[in-house]
Order: sequence, then structure tokens, then C-alpha cells
Amino acid sequence: MSHPAGTTELTGSLTDDEVLVLRRDFPALNQQVHGNDLVYLDSGATSQKPLRVLDAERLFYEHDNSAVHRGAHTLAANATELFENARATVARFVGARDNEIVWTANATEGLNLIAYGFSNASLGRGGADATRFALQSGDEILTTEGEHHANLVPWQELAARTGATLRYIPVNDDGTLRMDEAERLITSRTKIVTFTHVSNVTGVINPVKTLVRLAHAVGAFVVLDACQSAPHRTLDLAALDVDFAVSSGHKMLAPTGIGVLYGRAELLDALPPFLTGGSMITTVTMESSGYLPAPQRFEAGTQKVSQAIALAAAVDYLSSVGMDRIERWESELGARLVDGFAAIPGVRVLGPGSGVHRAGLASVDVDGVHAHDVGQFLDDRGIAVRVGHHCAQPLHRRFGVTASTRASAYLYNTTSDVDAAIDAMASVRSFFGVSS
Amino acid sequence: MTSGDLAGMYQQVILEHSREKHGFGLHSEADASSHQLNPTCGDELTMQLHLDGDVVRSISWEGAGCSISMASASLLHDLVPGLTIAELHARIGLFRELMHSKGAGVDDDEPLGDAVVLEGVSKYMARVKCAMLAWVALEADLAQLAK
Ligand SMILES: Cc1ncc(COP(=O)(O)O)c(C=O)c1O
Repeated sequence: MSHPAGTTELTGSLTDDEVLVLRRDFPALNQQVHGNDLVYLDSGATSQKPLRVLDAERLFYEHDNSAVHRGAHTLAANATELFENARATVARFVGARDNEIVWTANATEGLNLIAYGFSNASLGRGGADATRFALQSGDEILTTEGEHHANLVPWQELAARTGATLRYIPVNDDGTLRMDEAERLITSRTKIVTFTHVSNVTGVINPVKTLVRLAHAVGAFVVLDACQSAPHRTLDLAALDVDFAVSSGHKMLAPTGIGVLYGRAELLDALPPFLTGGSMITTVTMESSGYLPAPQRFEAGTQKVSQAIALAAAVDYLSSVGMDRIERWESELGARLVDGFAAIPGVRVLGPGSGVHRAGLASVDVDGVHAHDVGQFLDDRGIAVRVGHHCAQPLHRRFGVTASTRASAYLYNTTSDVDAAIDAMASVRSFFGVSS
Repeated sequence: MTSGDLAGMYQQVILEHSREKHGFGLHSEADASSHQLNPTCGDELTMQLHLDGDVVRSISWEGAGCSISMASASLLHDLVPGLTIAELHARIGLFRELMHSKGAGVDDDEPLGDAVVLEGVSKYMARVKCAMLAWVALEADLAQLAK
């Protein structure tokens, strides 16, 4: 089995040479597109997978495949152990305790699970313990203008079902949150404050601690969308003191179909379940049922066993490279992207400009050329970027555009990947005849 | 450095149409009007149909989107005056066939006039819906007339 580079020296950043070595672990990166070497800059949408992760999933099916938490035979016991060890690995990775980690299909399901938990509590489900989650008319849910639709639509629906009001913290012209507005909007009426850790459009890193302090001062719950942070930086959810958090495995080297919901143990044990059925119950009669404590109470039905094991292999891989080094490397790549894009006439970077700390991604609007045409031009050179609204229509509207082109880096990208994207971007306007 | 396929899709005529946008600008009245949205990319288009009896006088449209969707609407505008409703139906069907031909083209593309320059789009599955946007909108107009 291959080993990622640099496992001995975990300080500092990565280097191009190290990246070129660890890249060999990612078969999908080694291919040509339209006759050019693939330059994959779409990890913000989904990441590529190292062999170690693919092997973990295959080995499970070759040796241990069985139903977890059911049956007494040896394979079932092995599968259960691997499944629960995976939970422990992921819990350590995000600074949580094992029983604070619930498997979901993805971040979207995690956010819906939380919203439906509140919704069910509002209908009186969950007994006295759950009344703290009950919402009614007059209560407020606070999100931001910079969210992925996954962290907006479920709250619109929750507000509509409960009579609560949904409000949002607007963003500044550079995509950072209006913290003056946050202070004004977080009041005793606020019951939930939900926001993304890192924006998937601008790369802005939101001030989690300040928002948590404001929210907790009024007794509101904090939900953190960690989709764009968990894959890219050290995350200590207990230290951040958020109440709930979600992430998707496929953005952090794992397969699709597996995500993580974090909740403080005390809250998860009190939140009414979302999906119900087998594996999450204590005693079932024809009239009613009792529910297991978390995490099982949220894991109804046959679970995503191989995917959870693969996710644990993915976080082991990330840990062996070193999350702090990955973060530093990506912030260098992000800065290089922004500097390069911003220097091209007719190209506007959405979000903070040069010199401002950001994640390893940048979205741009090209004057006179639609994002789809930009993406098609880059694809012709083998460069994969995301075009469209990136599931953040309100934020694009705020920036006065309907679509943008996003390049997003990960640990396997080199500075020459970034330079290839900048070079191609510099030729876009002349190709489409909107500049000489 | 640019591949033949890309150059084939973005021919000069197409880029010119995407900038000039023949027929752009809505009229205060129309015999039929419809709005199409492509939710995956946000492209939007409103298409008005103007008739003299059962013959097309003109179309007018407004929208925002990529060069392919804009050029396609502009080319459609140039194609339709004087067609009967039955002929227009047939043209839309033929254009759809061309777009789904994966670069192979159709036997007789003559009735599509200049719009055949969009044939190169059919090699790019993800962009076919861009080229179809205006035609689907016009088809929706025709469906309204039928009601
Ligand atoms: C910030 C953010 N939140 C939520 C999501 C939704 O993730 P998923 O589609 O995996 O549920 C994404 C992914 O696109 C994201 O970038």
C-alpha cells in the first residue's frame, strides 16, 4: 500500500515535490482530458480518492462484509467493530466524542436531520427533554446570505412548518459577514444560528468563535456547516463550542454516500429522531416505541458500513499528511489563485482580494463571457473547474451575477496546476472576442 | 492549443450571434409567450411569438445565459419568419435531432438554415440544453396556441 509523502516532518507547508509524490496515490488524477494532463481544480465540489481509501472499502467487502449491530456471527462482530472504530477515528479527527458522531448520507441530510429534530420537538415529540428545541411563532432562526442552499432551504422549511421567522446576516461586498448586523440580529428571540465555517464560493473563513459567543449569550443553538473546513484544516468542534456541525465525506477523500453529523452528547440524546425504523429502537409495541440514545437513535435502517470505514481511511490519510500542513499549502495555493486571477483585465474575483487570508479556492466573474463558456474553454485544456451558482444563488445575486467560475484546490494540487488555470483564464476573453 | 472540437463549437458566427442577439427585446404584446429557466446553470429566457394568421411574423426574446444559449436564440430568430406553425414544429424537431446526434449531424439539415452552425454543440452533452433553451421556449409558445 502506498504512503503519502512527508509523514516524518509534519510542520510547515507541503512542497510541490511532496505533492507530486502523494499524487501517485490518486489514480483519477493520472489521466488526460482533450489531450492534456488533467488539472483537477474542482475539489470544492468533490474530491478525488486515494488508493488507500478505495482499498479500505474493497477489503471490507472481501473479508468482513456483514450487517452491523445485528447477529452474533463472527463476520457481524468484525463488521460492527470496524464500523464503530471508524466512528472513533472520525470523532478524534474533529475533536468530538464517539457518541457525538452520527453517520448521515451527506451534509445535506445532516442539516435536514437537525431541522426535522427541531420540527418534531415543535410538534411535542421527544417529551420534556426536547422542549428546548421547540419553535413557535415569534422565535427566530438566523442564517447568512453566504450559505450553500443546503444550509438555507431546510431552515426555510422549518420556519414555514413552525411559524418561526427566518432571518439572515447580510454579507459585505467582499463576502465577509456584516458582524455589526450579526450583533443586531442575534437577540433573545433567536433560537438557532447557522452558518458555514468556510464559504464554498468566496473562500471566506467566518469568525466562528465570535458568532458562538453572541449566540450562546442569548441561549441560541449554533449549527456549523463544516463542509469546506473539515476536509481542509484542523477542526476541533469541542473547542469551537458549536452545538451541531455537519460535513460530507466525499469532499474529504472518502466515497459518496457518507457524511457526518456532530452534536453535543447532551443535545443529541434529547433531540427527537428524524428517520425512524429498525436499529434505532429499544422496545417496540404495536402502539409505540422507545428510542436508543445517540448516535443509534439517528441511524435507522441498514447503515453505510463500507463508506464509514472508507471515511475513516480517508481521515487517517489526511492526518498522516498533517492537517496543518494541508491548510497552509492550500492557503498558499488560494493566495496564488487570487493574485493571478485578479491581475487579469476583465476578471473580477468574488470575495476578498489579494492579501486577505482565505481558503484554497477562488471564484471569478469574467466580463463579457458567461461562466459556462469559461469552464468549457478551461476544460478544453484539461482544467476541471466548477461553473454556475455553486448552490449559492442568494450570494451570487448579492454580487450581481447569476453564475461564476470556481477553481478549488486540495492537498494534491501543485502550484503549476494553479498557474495552468491562471494562464487559461488570461486567454478566455480574447478567445471569445470580448477583448483584443 | 485549442482543440478542433472547441473551435467547432465556438465558431465565429456563433460568437457574433451571441453578442448581437438578433430579436432581443420583448414587445408589449405577443400571440404567445413563455419563460424557460435552466435551474442547473441559471440560464433564463423569455420567448414571444408573433403571428400573421398561422404564419410566423417574428419572435422576440430576452434572456441571460452562455454564448451558446444566446447565439441559439439569435439564430432561431433569423430562421422563423414566414414559416407556418406546422413547419416551425418540424424545424424544432429537426434541431432537437441535430443536437442529440453527438456530432454525427442529420441527413438533411438544409431547413435549419444558419442554425446548423450549432452542430458542434452536439459533441458536448452538457451543452445541448443550452442550445435547446430558446427552441424549447418557442415550443412552449406553440403548445399555448394549441390550447
Ligand atoms: C458549504 C457547503 N455546504 C453544504 C454542501 C452540501 O454538501 P452535500 O451536497 O454533500 O450534502 C456543500 C457542498 O457542495 C458545501 O460546499
